[in-house]
Amino acid sequence: MLSQFLQFLFSGITVGATYALAALGFTLIYNASNVINFAQGEFIMLGGMLAFFFMQSGLPLPLAILLAIAIPAVVGMLLEKLAIEPARDAEVVTLIIITIGASLVIRGLIQIWLGKGAHSYPAFSGSEPIHLGGATLLPQSLWVLGVTALVVIALWYFFSRTLAGKAILATSCNRLAAELVGINTQWVLLVSFARSAALGAIGGVLLTPITLTSYDVGIMLGLKGFVAAVVGGLGNGLGAVLGGLLVGIIEAMAAGYISSAYKDAVPFILILFILFFMPRGIFGAQVTERV
Amino acid sequence: MRVLRRHSALLFLAGLLLLLPLVLPNNFYYDIVIRMAINAIIVLGLNLLIGFAGQISLGHAGFIGIGAYASAIFPTHFGWHPLVAMAAGAAIASAIAAILARPIFRLKGHYLAMATLGLGIIIAIVIKNEAAYTGGPDGMPVAALGLMGFEISGEKQWYWVLAALLLFSFWAARNLIDSPFGRALRALHGSEVASQVMGVDVVRYKVAIFVLSAFFASLMGSVTAHYIGFVTPNIADFFHSIELVTMVVIGGMASIYGSLIGAILLTALPQALSTFEGWETVAFGSILMLCMIFMPRGLVPTLTARFRPNEREDP
Amino acid sequence: MALLEVDNLSKAFGGVTAVQNVSFAVDRGLVYSVIGPNGAGKTTLFNLITGVYTPTEGDIRLDGRSIAGVAPHQLASQGMARTFQNLQICMNMTALENVMVGAHLQLDRNLVKAMLRFPGLARRDRELKDRARELMGFVGLGGYWNRAANSMPYGALKRLEIARALAAKPQILFLDEPAAGLNSKDTAEIDELVRKVADNDVTVVLVEHDMKMVMNISDRILVLDYGKKLTEGTAREVRENPDVIAAYLGSNA
Repeated sequence: MLSQFLQFLFSGITVGATYALAALGFTLIYNASNVINFAQGEFIMLGGMLAFFFMQSGLPLPLAILLAIAIPAVVGMLLEKLAIEPARDAEVVTLIIITIGASLVIRGLIQIWLGKGAHSYPAFSGSEPIHLGGATLLPQSLWVLGVTALVVIALWYFFSRTLAGKAILATSCNRLAAELVGINTQWVLLVSFARSAALGAIGGVLLTPITLTSYDVGIMLGLKGFVAAVVGGLGNGLGAVLGGLLVGIIEAMAAGYISSAYKDAVPFILILFILFFMPRGIFGAQVTERV
Repeated sequence: MRVLRRHSALLFLAGLLLLLPLVLPNNFYYDIVIRMAINAIIVLGLNLLIGFAGQISLGHAGFIGIGAYASAIFPTHFGWHPLVAMAAGAAIASAIAAILARPIFRLKGHYLAMATLGLGIIIAIVIKNEAAYTGGPDGMPVAALGLMGFEISGEKQWYWVLAALLLFSFWAARNLIDSPFGRALRALHGSEVASQVMGVDVVRYKVAIFVLSAFFASLMGSVTAHYIGFVTPNIADFFHSIELVTMVVIGGMASIYGSLIGAILLTALPQALSTFEGWETVAFGSILMLCMIFMPRGLVPTLTARFRPNEREDP
Repeated sequence: MALLEVDNLSKAFGGVTAVQNVSFAVDRGLVYSVIGPNGAGKTTLFNLITGVYTPTEGDIRLDGRSIAGVAPHQLASQGMARTFQNLQICMNMTALENVMVGAHLQLDRNLVKAMLRFPGLARRDRELKDRARELMGFVGLGGYWNRAANSMPYGALKRLEIARALAAKPQILFLDEPAAGLNSKDTAEIDELVRKVADNDVTVVLVEHDMKMVMNISDRILVLDYGKKLTEGTAREVRENPDVIAAYLGSNA
């Protein structure tokens, strides 16, 4: 009984960590620009697919990983520079569609380049399961959790302790005011997109040995990351992390105890439920609108 | 005179649909035109919601799926008459839309996008998983649509059915826009506070237009299912929703003509791209992005603005 | 009985009390102005009366019926209309259509009838179009009928808001800084327009910064300061009240 529960919990937290990274990506971009980047999931896919490609090409693991994170970051910057910046003042719907277009382009190109097959590569430190309370935990899961924790701490440090972090927060608060005090808001946007793409890619690189990857995994992972971000209250970094873990755990529990066929529906049922009863997310703040 | 001016666009469309068969060389082209008409009708409804009322839906394919599968499942498994099944599908889609709409439309922008997207995905997953009824990922055949001993079959017959439906939808959508209901809808897009102060019950109007567009989406799902004679879960998936939203925005938000143009262009696009094996997705995505960056208002309003800078397209 | 009665009205946002224990009454047919320095709570008071905000305490009665906390779209049917300080024009519509929205409640709003364009509904709509044109003429926007709202100058939009509010056939009209941002010539015209509206038996309640305008056209004036009622009276009484002078110029003046 307990071991089964633990087993579901482990797999939930592992996947949830990836959702958390994606949700953080959404949050970073949303805070800097008020854009919801529907291409976020494609960065997760890119991370996994590129890591696979570079390893297959014979590059050593660390270099392959580095490239698999750096290239999506560049793609993120290109996306901001070429597609978001020119449409800055457009309506929400327009911006949403631009990012959806970007996601189609990215996944289309990968499909042409690397094909439709599912890929994987060996786990970073073996696949000998660790036994814990009757359940098993893959060493790769520890990688996922450990790196996610490091990323979260690094981001927290950046935003609360460095001037650059505060500049980004200021930009999200009021772009014009930030510009007036001399913050280069274009740079802030660029960095936010790069960082958010890199976060997604990290998730993809870490998760692939456990779940496989292919050109079309981005959309579901991205949407679930978005669910996590909304669960946590859009724009709230800590909320995004908790939201990600929560979505992962609930999904794993539902798959284990209720129905694995409906696993993918669970986050969306959860989000409808939350939007109906807590429209600002579990950790969201109350805002009064002024006329 | 007034009647003539009011109906000139309608008469033009009717004439076009009447003459079109003269130049359509074979069934392949009939098929494309029929698909254009189906999409145009759905997009007209969706544009009322997105363009005119300013409320996004990223889950409309879910409603189309409900209609399509109602027309597939009820006659096959329960022996219902196809028309009854079609009505039942539309009723179910409307009911789901109505129940969910009230809480959904208290939300704005991104949250609304999320909620409708979630709804669409849930419907698609249900269709994929309930294989006993839906045939699962492989889909299932759909019985022919018959009425009093007469069965609609073949592209040529379907062409006339859809031409009639399209004319009606075009007429009805224009009427709606130029009515107190339609003005209230556009007003709440323009300024929610102002329309409230004018007595517009904002949530009620959003709900009504959401339900109406779901109703038409479901009906067209049924029509599609009968026309093709087979349904697969693809009809309800996220990409189909995105495709429809794309038609709305490329043709032009809040533009009736734009809905037609958007549907025609994007239905033709995959055919035009089919020679570039594998590049469809990339091309589709690029067009989306370019269009939104350089013509965020869509084709028709952008062109209208160029020629008549101070006026609006006649509703 | 006064048309509008406000009793001990208060509104707090978190810890800030924007309006505190304000009471006043507006008689039928008057031009009644609310003035006060920036941040005195004028617009909050407006938003409370017109249902945009819900009062924390107190009561508002229109024609003897309590309307505190009633939703804005329900107040319209009780004869209340308003304009906004920061324009709330529907930029996605033509000028004429904006005015027609004002008459929303007088029309058949049925969805199915609208789609099938029932003759009765279409006829009423045509009649309304004529009346909307008249109203635009009344506020001095005769030539603007088919102009897209987003292509009109600022001063014209200010009048358009008034025309739209009048289309609702209100018994009381709230104008939130109708002259804000206008030059003196436009202000004088708005001035005249407000008077014309009041002469047509519509009670006008006005929030305005332009002192000259307020003093010219108001029958009575309410002065707010820091969310509280400072005084109330005719233009002359207010002008001579030392508290008012202190509030505007600082207590050392």
